[in-house]
Amino acid sequence: MIKLEQLTKVFNTPTRQVVAADRINMEVATGEICVLLGPSGCGKTTTLKMVNRIVTPTSGKVLIDGQDTTDMPTVELRRKIGYVIQQVGLFPNMTIEENVCVVPRLLGWDMTRARKRAAELLEMMALDPTTFLKRYPKELSGGQQQRVGVARALAADPPVMLMDEPFGAIDPINRATIQDEFLKLQKQLQKTILFVSHDIDEAVKMGSKIAIFSAGKLEQFDTPDNVLAHPAQPFIADFVGADRTLKRLGLIRVAEAMAAGAPSASADTDIARAKAMMREYGAGYLVVTSPGGKPEGFIHSGSDESSGGLCRDRCMRIAACVPATADLRAAVSKMFENNVEWLACVDEEGRYVGTLDQRTVTHLLGMTYAAQLKA
Amino acid sequence: MLPALKLRSLGVTLILWAAGLGVLWLLARQLDLSGMLRTYGGDIAHLVKQHLALAALSGGLAIATGVPLGIVLSRQSVARLSEAGMQFLNIGATIPTLAILALSMSWLGIGTQPAVFALWAVTLLPIVRNTIAGLRGVEPYLIEAGRGMGMTPLQLLIQVELPNALYVILAGVRTALAINVGTVPLAFLIGGGGLGELIFTGIDLNEPTMMLAGALPTAGLAVIVDFSVSLIAYYLVPRGVNPQR
Repeated sequence: MIKLEQLTKVFNTPTRQVVAADRINMEVATGEICVLLGPSGCGKTTTLKMVNRIVTPTSGKVLIDGQDTTDMPTVELRRKIGYVIQQVGLFPNMTIEENVCVVPRLLGWDMTRARKRAAELLEMMALDPTTFLKRYPKELSGGQQQRVGVARALAADPPVMLMDEPFGAIDPINRATIQDEFLKLQKQLQKTILFVSHDIDEAVKMGSKIAIFSAGKLEQFDTPDNVLAHPAQPFIADFVGADRTLKRLGLIRVAEAMAAGAPSASADTDIARAKAMMREYGAGYLVVTSPGGKPEGFIHSGSDESSGGLCRDRCMRIAACVPATADLRAAVSKMFENNVEWLACVDEEGRYVGTLDQRTVTHLLGMTYAAQLKA
Repeated sequence: MLPALKLRSLGVTLILWAAGLGVLWLLARQLDLSGMLRTYGGDIAHLVKQHLALAALSGGLAIATGVPLGIVLSRQSVARLSEAGMQFLNIGATIPTLAILALSMSWLGIGTQPAVFALWAVTLLPIVRNTIAGLRGVEPYLIEAGRGMGMTPLQLLIQVELPNALYVILAGVRTALAINVGTVPLAFLIGGGGLGELIFTGIDLNEPTMMLAGALPTAGLAVIVDFSVSLIAYYLVPRGVNPQR
């Protein structure tokens, strides 16, 4: 857990005093990623750097796991905190192995243990240890270097990590990949992380909490969904963008929004029976699945049942399916792409698990505003 | 660096060396080299030893003092002092070597001592300057990364700053030692010995062979020292920050 109490930094310039961080209070629970977000010069980086005292606080306290760090020896404090910077900062004179071993060596681990840990971490970062351990940083691509940067910060297994725009210098495609990998890793590692970013999309993706800074003040500290749905100030609304409600789509998984209990028919189901199921469930369509459970097509409520027959005779092609693990942003995009109002949702093996329709999505996004109106 | 590039730079070095040796060989053909060796061989052997001793002592002292001085002057906490220090060294560098020799003789008398002192003074500047330049050239974010990981200032200096500045520092050492070896002959003028004995006596007696018996080994020594230091740099500078590897 990281707790900031009235944390303040005042820089004295010859002409005036600049308050870079003004009485910042926040608490980040263990295992959470808190993204410090804001335009440049807003104080987010200063706040981050006060935690490991690269910047000395003017006043206020930083508590890590309940312990006040003010009186801790600086060097000792820093060795307990993983630190990743935008420029990566791998030492070019050291091999990848030596780089990852820096903090373990500072902590006095013996070389064998440190080496073993380095190999283990590279493995974790999807970098082959036999290939990479003996290489020098200049022999790696930007994305690989940043992975090593994260591995190095994790080397001594610190409970707390500070990440200063860690993926800022990587091209967008690699950035998305490395973000995904990092989130997956974080699920197992459960580190408490402060993460500086100026990119709202990254913040929404990475953060369990978002802290928005402006001119040295912490303006809003909330979950990504609340920041997007209820920006506390006009400037935050501007900052998170006019399409902020669409960004919220990225926060919800299809599995959370879909109608999981939606019935389905097989190709051999009698059409009259299928229509009865449809009426009973109250939907205008019914997915027809193969014997393996995969969606094959659908019939809709307008299908003619007077002439009888089986579902296979009236079955229409399903335009698109969406994995239940995808987020709503991808799902809605697929709806627009195929000009449909609902999608069949499938699991990893491609089996039908439910349906997602546009009305549900709209309703889900709107709920939070309705609650606000009532209150 | 790519192997092809490495090969090319090696090729260039070899060609330059071959050209240099060729010129020396042509010079030697004009001379009665074996006669020179017969007459002055004993002197050359003795004086080369003296020459090298002077160069090693003064150069060693210059490295031993110049690098630490450069480290101190590159620290953030003495930023103001470092400007003044560099100014002082720069002004010192504009004083002709002969003048320094004369000054050190008037202070320390004649013999080895004043010679070593003067040579030390001449050699110091490139070493200090390159040490400062090398250390200041280390990317600030590397220093921040090191601090952020919990290195003490000394650990940061040894593990990060010096290895990353080493290439530039050694380039300074290389220049300084080449200058040093080439300047040692002047030490003869204040009784310091060295190959200058043959050179200046040869000039005074209008004896070109004698003069060349001192000059050629001096040139040879300068080239050898320069090459040795570059070889040391090649192996000493870690591969990750060595543009030659």
